[in-house]
Amino acid sequence: MAPGNRPLSPHLQVYRPQITSILSIIHRLMGVALVGGALLFTFWISAATYGPEVFGFAQWILGSWFGRLVLFGMTFALYYHLANGLRHMAWDLGYGFDMPTLKITGAIVVVFSGGMTILTFAAAYAVRGMH
Amino acid sequence: MTELRSSLGRARGYGESKEGGLGHWKAERLTAIALVPLTLWFVGSAVFMVGADLPTFKAWVGGYGNPVLLILLTVALYHHAQLGLSVIIEDYVHNVAANLIALIMVKLGAVFCAVYTIFCIIRLTFGG
Repeated sequence: MAPGNRPLSPHLQVYRPQITSILSIIHRLMGVALVGGALLFTFWISAATYGPEVFGFAQWILGSWFGRLVLFGMTFALYYHLANGLRHMAWDLGYGFDMPTLKITGAIVVVFSGGMTILTFAAAYAVRGMH
Repeated sequence: MTELRSSLGRARGYGESKEGGLGHWKAERLTAIALVPLTLWFVGSAVFMVGADLPTFKAWVGGYGNPVLLILLTVALYHHAQLGLSVIIEDYVHNVAANLIALIMVKLGAVFCAVYTIFCIIRLTFGG
């Protein structure tokens, strides 16, 4: 086979959507979203080196309704990618490949990331109330 | 590690990862393992910086052990991000030139962001 025509992966459009594939695609999407999270982290840390006005502006942006919405999404993305990443590590070790286990661990990932995101935001609002 | 690829396949550069696929895979897992405690620590710690002013924030960044953890987080985060983005580019950017340019930009961009963030962490820790 000519080098240019060798098969490439993955062909998303030829597969019927299943819970396993959907969770896998979300894992990648959340990973990409978290690159934005990394840049946001750098923005936050670096803003503090430009003095109180710039840092105050950064804090205001992050605390605005839009900033909170983005941070909520980032928090979910982090918990999801982390939990599903642990699932990947279990697979790397050879565990959890049968369908019932895949469905259970998949559900745990979704429930864990949703629950932890709400918990984290509850803590954030409690801290906000203290200032 | 036993070499499973044929010499001809290697010489022709077959396979999306070309050389170093195993190293890439291992580095992705190693940074992932590091990021589990580091990101959980970061979220649990950074949540107290909601609405904080600059002196409070500086005290947190420079607090006992925090600069080291923040720098480790920065290194693991940008290395992992770069590895993950590279896989996606290899999967979906099929034009050879665009693929190469995208991979170079992602890698250089990750190094730049990581070095800049570390510089800022050190400055916040030691700067007046």
